[in-house]
Amino acid sequence: MKYKNLVINNPEDLVFGSAPFPVTTPRGLVIGGGEVYPELNFTLPPMSISKETYGEVKEHYREIVSGALERVRDLHQDGVVFEFETLLEMTLDPQLGTDLVAIMNDLCEDAYQKYGIKSEIRLTPNDTRDYERPVRQRSSKYLDNMLQLFEKGAKAGGNLLSIESTGGKEVCDDALMNCNIRDVIFSMAVLGVRDMQFLWDKITDIADSTRTIPGGDTACGFGNTAMVLAEKKYIPKVFAAVVRIATVVRTLVALEEGAKGPDKDCGYEGPFLKAITGTPISMEGRTAACAHLSPLGNIAGACCDLWSNESVTNIKLLAGMAPTVYMEQLIYDTRLFNQATKFDGVELYKKMMVESDIHLDPQALILDPVNVIAISKAIVSGKNYVDAAILGCLKGLEIIQTHVNEGSLYLDDRELVWIDMLRDELSQMPREEGLLVAAVEPSLDKNKVLLREYGL
Amino acid sequence: MLQLNHLWIRIKSCYGNMDYKREIIMNRLETIIDLLRRGRAPEIKIETQAALDEGISAANILEDGLMAGMQIIGDLFKENKIFVPEMLIAARAMAASLAILNPHLVSGEVKKKGTAILGTVKGDLHDIGKNLVKIMMEGKGLVVIDLGVDVAPEKYAAAAKEHGAQIIACSALLTTTMTEMKRVVQAAVDAGIRDSVKIMIGGAPVTESYKNEIGADFYSADAATASDVAIQACLDMAV
Repeated sequence: MKYKNLVINNPEDLVFGSAPFPVTTPRGLVIGGGEVYPELNFTLPPMSISKETYGEVKEHYREIVSGALERVRDLHQDGVVFEFETLLEMTLDPQLGTDLVAIMNDLCEDAYQKYGIKSEIRLTPNDTRDYERPVRQRSSKYLDNMLQLFEKGAKAGGNLLSIESTGGKEVCDDALMNCNIRDVIFSMAVLGVRDMQFLWDKITDIADSTRTIPGGDTACGFGNTAMVLAEKKYIPKVFAAVVRIATVVRTLVALEEGAKGPDKDCGYEGPFLKAITGTPISMEGRTAACAHLSPLGNIAGACCDLWSNESVTNIKLLAGMAPTVYMEQLIYDTRLFNQATKFDGVELYKKMMVESDIHLDPQALILDPVNVIAISKAIVSGKNYVDAAILGCLKGLEIIQTHVNEGSLYLDDRELVWIDMLRDELSQMPREEGLLVAAVEPSLDKNKVLLREYGL
Repeated sequence: MLQLNHLWIRIKSCYGNMDYKREIIMNRLETIIDLLRRGRAPEIKIETQAALDEGISAANILEDGLMAGMQIIGDLFKENKIFVPEMLIAARAMAASLAILNPHLVSGEVKKKGTAILGTVKGDLHDIGKNLVKIMMEGKGLVVIDLGVDVAPEKYAAAAKEHGAQIIACSALLTTTMTEMKRVVQAAVDAGIRDSVKIMIGGAPVTESYKNEIGADFYSADAATASDVAIQACLDMAV
């Protein structure tokens, strides 16, 4: 592991709007430089995507970004990020994805020239390797098109490059349903880490050659899947909290490989990454309830640099099209963040966001900046990725147990037993990659998981 | 308690009033249910064999032990008293017991509850919700043919025809793939099986009104409801 120490050591320094290493975009938007900016995410309404509907698809994206920029202008907002997270067909046909970037970027440039609005496109190709079963992370026939979209899309104006990569997910999905923490750690600290090294080496090369910014990744398909399953009461919240900690080690690899931030919005591991690396992060909370429910609505904002809505469908609401409506909500949210900064009220506002969530859910508790720093310190003390993930998870469980004992965290009775169970399992796990692979391999479904695709 | 009363009535109808026998049977089946609930696969195999050795019929063990146990587990899950992993270990214990029982089950002795065809629609790779539906359907005694993810509409229809299924259940998580569900309905029409198979849809972007719009039969908001709807549909189709 590259990071042995934290860049931010004090919880007081882990704040919204400011990161030790801000990112400045080509149009001059400074992310993490003192202000929180909105990041708007959106998707298509129910429709099929085919060559026959390409025109309609393009019109939707044009409508979304022009409507949002109009609202940005009318509300006197000076900066915004648009995340273009592609759908399958837009990555399979990189020209479609590139055309859409170009359409949106032209609108951004126009708004910049006319009104000085500093907006940027975050281009997030979906990880099409997941489209094959068994998944072939390194030899997938879909890999080339995905990388082509990164490159062509970057040249067309996708100035922030990100991905929600899926390496290890084929193991993690089952592990989550079975609450098998050993396999969760294996999926992220072994498979995930190896895939991130493979993938981000390529993404940072593309960013270098296109002079764009390698943003970051997210273990959304791991941590947020666990969070949503816990929200549906399918798995314990304590388990989901521990899974979240394990995601840190996986996503950290993007930054080790050269990503500069802002990290992706749906990665609630962002605060840990900010503490460890000092890079700015995007986060989503209460304003992302349009896409998924969460117990982290307020605390998610405690140290964000971009504030996102995750995704909203382009449908008509009473006030207007949904992305425009969410643009307005995000702008008002970010005004409050930035007004708190102007009033020297960062600590108070941060405390309000933290305290309003942490006593009700362990997943929120671990995002308290005090706990983020403690867990991050445990992670960077690890001898290797597996050790780091286990140490982080054990620290998280210790924090949860302490708060339960003190009566400052409410947990259902049926949750409590999982604290001991998980601690016991984690304590007995192998702490090195080779030993963990040897322990897990006999139980892997060889038709589903191809270890050679991870260089194993 | 309700389940145990039901068990008592069933046993009485099978074995008359032989008190000592009834007690043995009750104890065995209660033990099987308990082991099922605790997911103790090795022990349940031993207990299943012991029940067979004592002359309890395989059908009786299946209906009043395993299925009754899974019903209790399903109810506990619905009441948010247990989590999915606890249900999964019960399902694995049930499979272990079934491996002992299967050679003893006389053909036709146990009435099949129905067959469901399950899959995530074409272009969509999300399968966690679908897998959960499968577990719950199987726990209720349905035969589930899982076609996996990225399933073409005609595959659903072909599988339903091949297996004589009573219900097709399809899932989608994206606004751009949910439109495939309409094609699944059309594929069933084209295959000439629409009158003999019900179609259920589910997934984050899907709604009751969308079900109506595309001409499907049922919409389910979650896995537990999906399995309830499926079993009821199969029973209704059998009438």
